[in-house]
Amino acid sequence: MSDSAVNQAANQAELQETYDVERYRRDFPILSQTMNGEPLVFLDSAASAQKPRQVIDAVSAVYETEYANVHRGAYELSARATDAYEGARAKVRDFLNAAHDREIIFTKNATESINLVANTYGRRFLQPGDEIIISEMEHHSNIVPWQMLRDEKGLVLKAVPVSDDGEFMLSEFKNMLSSKTKLVAITHTSNALGTVTPAAEIAKLAHSAGAKVLFDGSQAVVHMPVDVQALDADFYVFTGHKLYGPSGVGVLYGKEELLNAMPPFMGGGEMIAEVTLEKSTWAALPNKFEAGTPMIAQAVGLGVAVDYVTAIGMGRIAAHEQDLLNYATQRLSSVEGLQIIGTAPVKAAVISFTLGDIHPHDISTIIDRAGVACRAGHHCAQPVMDRFGVMGTTRASFGLYNTRSEVDALVDAIERAREFFGG
Amino acid sequence: MMDELRELYQEVILDHGKNPRNFRDVEDATSHAHGSNPLCGDQLVVYLKLNLGEVIEDVSFVGKGCAISVASASMMTELVRGKTVDEANDIFDHVHHMCTGEGEPSTANLGPDADRLGVLSGVREFPVRVKCATLAWHTLKAAIEGGEDATSEA
Repeated sequence: MSDSAVNQAANQAELQETYDVERYRRDFPILSQTMNGEPLVFLDSAASAQKPRQVIDAVSAVYETEYANVHRGAYELSARATDAYEGARAKVRDFLNAAHDREIIFTKNATESINLVANTYGRRFLQPGDEIIISEMEHHSNIVPWQMLRDEKGLVLKAVPVSDDGEFMLSEFKNMLSSKTKLVAITHTSNALGTVTPAAEIAKLAHSAGAKVLFDGSQAVVHMPVDVQALDADFYVFTGHKLYGPSGVGVLYGKEELLNAMPPFMGGGEMIAEVTLEKSTWAALPNKFEAGTPMIAQAVGLGVAVDYVTAIGMGRIAAHEQDLLNYATQRLSSVEGLQIIGTAPVKAAVISFTLGDIHPHDISTIIDRAGVACRAGHHCAQPVMDRFGVMGTTRASFGLYNTRSEVDALVDAIERAREFFGG
Repeated sequence: MMDELRELYQEVILDHGKNPRNFRDVEDATSHAHGSNPLCGDQLVVYLKLNLGEVIEDVSFVGKGCAISVASASMMTELVRGKTVDEANDIFDHVHHMCTGEGEPSTANLGPDADRLGVLSGVREFPVRVKCATLAWHTLKAAIEGGEDATSEA
């Protein structure tokens, strides 16, 4: 091993020793439940993560002690609500290492963030014949908005292929880039395969072709530290509910100059500077993109979720999850007939697999009876399922609260499913 | 735990799931319909050959799905062949009520067919699997009515 590899291994070992997963598990009330008479083994955090007590309490506290509409009232309570809401924005800025709070736009979810960019940046700046590049392993939320924009504006939409092991094919991407490329919209981590894409390199290449780049970070921010300035991302989106925060709040990061150049997404209250019956002018960032009363309590809850993972440390969470990923990969590989879909060298703790010709829903039903919750189906990523020639997969995804013994429970349950169907 | 699973995946279901009957298209079909479950991506096509628009002379299906949906489709083709459209509709009502608890139970006397269909009733203990069992039947109904598409949401 090289010196750096030795150091890395030593760091990993140290992180593992100090990572008190049982303590963190106690923060998540739902995990102490039983399911079908068995302890709940929740392995579907990639669909939506569970919430720690700190987030649940924070959302309650908003309604109990500091709730009023934001940016409106001249009274103390409204000022407190505004401080809490804007405080959450500052936490998210810090979390992503964005340069300014005003580059953080709160949306409903990652889907809305992407639609916002398609409807404002895309409609204003893209011309017929311009090209957008996505990849074969995008979530539907990073495919459909671009198809709609393509059809409306007469654009060309291209998809970078993925290799047999689920890697983003950088060489193919290079060949696709040209002066026609105006936008590159790629996942930072695939929800279906777990692949982590070489985002910094993608951004560099996109920029050298004169294109802007958007990353779908919904699966990335939960598994690793993310720095939007280091990536040189023009846009970066993620959703709150996968990051142990409430549903109903998502984030769009955009470089200030781009957000300033873009027209508003929705019109209404909050996003205006002045309104007459003849015309209106727009508020400054970030309010320009936050029409109407926002998701106040959810945003505050997201801020607390960011505090929570930051206190543990994203690096430590990443190391813990990598240990689970390695252990689960090794154990699952020993199950007869089980094939892991997505074996890229750099992966987050997401494992998609097939088991002989047993349908994922049948597997899911059997293992659910053992208390194991896994997603089954196409994971809102049908094109990548087609790429691998499968209707769907069963997917185990791991969060900061999962344990090796839960991996064992998963493997036992899968063995039972295999026996059940005579696989 | 295993008892409920055995109730859902009875031997008959496992057998039909692995070796579906009438798993082919009907070349001279008089109608067909496409069924899909958008939640899981399951797809199937049901082909019908109606004699004088009244009697189901031939019926078949192709597609992909879980053990429950394939078994349900397979059993359906066996049960409705040779039946009149009215009789097939009675069986649909029976299955729909049995699996979902919704609608009115069929008042028609289905005889031994009702017993054979009883194996599908296990899905009632598994609410998320009900649509797997009913997809083929909705698709059959769409084919009978001359529609082209059916979904498990119907």
